[in-house]
Amino acid sequence: MIRQPRAKDTLVRIRDLTFHRGTRAIFEGVDIEIPRGAVTAIMGPSGSGKTTLLKLIGGQLTPDAGRIEVDGQDVHALSTRDLYRLRMRMGMLFQSGALLTDLSVFDNVAYPLREHTRLTPSMIRKLVLLKLEAVGLRGAHQLMPSELSGGMARRVALARAIALDPMMIMYDEPFTGQDPISMGVLVQLIRRLNDAARITSVIVSHDVAETSQIADLIYVISNGRVIESGPPQTLHDSGGEWTRQFMQGLADGPVPFHYPAPELALDLFRRLV
Amino acid sequence: MEWLATLGRRGLSLSARLGRASLLMLAMLRGLPALLRRPRLLLEQLLSVGVLTVLIVAVSGIFVGMVLGLQGHYILSRFGAEATLGVMVAASLVRELGPVVTALLYAGRAGSAMSAEIGLMKATEQLSGLEMMAVNPEHRVLTPRLIAGIISMPLLAAMFSVLGVYGGWFVGVGLLGVDEGTYWAQMQSQIDWNDDVLNGVIKSVVFGVVCTWIAIFQGYECVPTSEGVSRATTRTVVHSSLAVLGLDFVLTAMMFD
Ligand SMILES: Nc1ncnc2c1ncn2[C@@H]1O[C@H](COP(=O)(O)OP(=O)(O)OP(=O)(O)O)[C@@H](O)[C@H]1O
Ligand SMILES: [Mg+2]
Repeated sequence: MIRQPRAKDTLVRIRDLTFHRGTRAIFEGVDIEIPRGAVTAIMGPSGSGKTTLLKLIGGQLTPDAGRIEVDGQDVHALSTRDLYRLRMRMGMLFQSGALLTDLSVFDNVAYPLREHTRLTPSMIRKLVLLKLEAVGLRGAHQLMPSELSGGMARRVALARAIALDPMMIMYDEPFTGQDPISMGVLVQLIRRLNDAARITSVIVSHDVAETSQIADLIYVISNGRVIESGPPQTLHDSGGEWTRQFMQGLADGPVPFHYPAPELALDLFRRLV
Repeated sequence: MEWLATLGRRGLSLSARLGRASLLMLAMLRGLPALLRRPRLLLEQLLSVGVLTVLIVAVSGIFVGMVLGLQGHYILSRFGAEATLGVMVAASLVRELGPVVTALLYAGRAGSAMSAEIGLMKATEQLSGLEMMAVNPEHRVLTPRLIAGIISMPLLAAMFSVLGVYGGWFVGVGLLGVDEGTYWAQMQSQIDWNDDVLNGVIKSVVFGVVCTWIAIFQGYECVPTSEGVSRATTRTVVHSSLAVLGLDFVLTAMMFD
C-alpha cells in the first residue's frame, strides 16, 4: 500500500469501475480521480448512478470489476476493521439526511463524537453547538428529526457529517430542498470547510448553477460513462453537444431524458398479452 | 413440469434465506462483547420490549388461568378430584400455556414492532448512515434487540404462569369452593422442579431466540418501501407463530417422552 503524503495529489482514484444492478450496467469502465483538498463535483442526470458511486466509494457496495482507492487504500480489499477506520475519516451527507429518528438533533450530531472519541460531555456539547451554529440550526438542537423540514434535516445531517472533522466529505444532492438563503449559506459553508479545514469535498448534484459556482473540477457522467471532465469554465464553453445540453438545461440533444424503454408508440399500441 | 421448477426455485430461495439468517445470527453474536461495554443499549431494549408486552401478557395470564380453573373444576369434579385442581392449573401453565401463549403474544406485539422499526430504519437509510459513521448497525441495532428478546421471554412466561395460577385460584378457591390449603399443597407436592418448571423455562428461552431472530431477520431483509415493511411485519407474526407451535411439539416430545 502506497501512501502519498503530498498535499496536491489524488485522494480518490477510481479505475475501470464496472457495476451492475441486475442486468443493467450502471457503470461501465469509469475512471475518476478526485484531487485532495479540492471541491470535485459529479454531475449527471437523475438515475445515472451518482448515489451509487458514493456508496461504492464508501464501501457499502462492491464493484463487479475495477478498483477504488481512497487515500492509497483499496476500499474493497480492506478488512472490516480497516474499512471502518477509513470511514471514520469520510463524512457522508445522505440524500435523505438519514438522521436517527429516535434521537434529538443534538444527540444526532453528538453521536459520532460519543462513538469514536473520548471527549468529556462538556466538550462534546461545545463541539456540537459549534457544528450546529455553522449550519444555522443551533436554536433547533432540542428538536426531534420528525419536527424538522426536509431542508433542515439535511443541514443537521451535514453538521453530523462534519462532526469528526473528516478528511473528505461526500455530499449527495446538498442543494435540493434549500431556500435561496440557506442555499447561499451552504455553498459558502462547503467552500469554507474545504478551504479552511482542507477537507476534500465530493459533491453529487444536478444543480448546474450552484455546483459550477463552487466546484474546482466537474465530472459529467451519463449512461455508465464519464462524458467529460474539467474545470467548470471549460465545461461551460465545451463544444461537446452532450455537455452543452446538460449544463444549459436544453430538452433537445443527445442526453436521454427517459429511462431506457422501447419506442413510445410501440409501448402504447402494443397489444396487451 | 412448471410446478417442479417452481418447487425447485422455492426450495433454493428458502435455503438461501436460511443461510442468510444464520449468517445474520453469527454477525449479531459477534456484537456481544461490544454490548457488554454498553449495557445501556440492552436496558433500553428490555424496557421497550417490556412496555409493549407486560400488560397484554399479564391480562392474558389471568384470564387463561381463570378459564383453566373453570374447565378444570368442571371436569375434575366429575371424578371427585377437585383437590388436584391446583396441580392441573399449574402444570398446564408451566409446561405449555405459559411459554406458548406468551411467545404468540410476544410475536404479535413486540416481534412485529421490532420488524417494523428495523425495516423503517433501513428504508430511511438510518442503517446505511450508521455504517458510514463507522458504526456497525448489526452490532449496534440488532444485537441489543436479540438479547433483550431472549432475556425477556422467560420472564414474561414466568409472569404469565404465576398470574395464571392466581387466576385459577380465584375461580377455583374463591368462586367454586375448592379448599384453599389443598389447592396449594397439591401443587407444591406434585409439580416437579426439573420436569415441569425447568422444561418450561427451556421452552420459553428457545421461543425467545426464534421469535426475536425471525423478527430481526424479516426487518433487516425487507424491501425498503412501505409495502415491504408491512409485509415484513405480517411475515414476522405468521412465521413466528408457526415456528412456536411446531417447535413446541418437538420440544414436548423430547422432554416428556
Ligand atoms: N437498490 C437498488 N436495486 C436496483 N436498482 C437500483 C437500486 N438503487 C438504485 N438502482 C438503480 O440504479 C440507478 C442509479 O441510481 P442512483 O440512486 O445512483 O441514481 P442517482 O444518479 O443518484 O439519481 P438521483 O439524481 O435521482 O438521485 C437507477 O437507475 C436505479 O434504477
Ligand atoms: Mg441520488
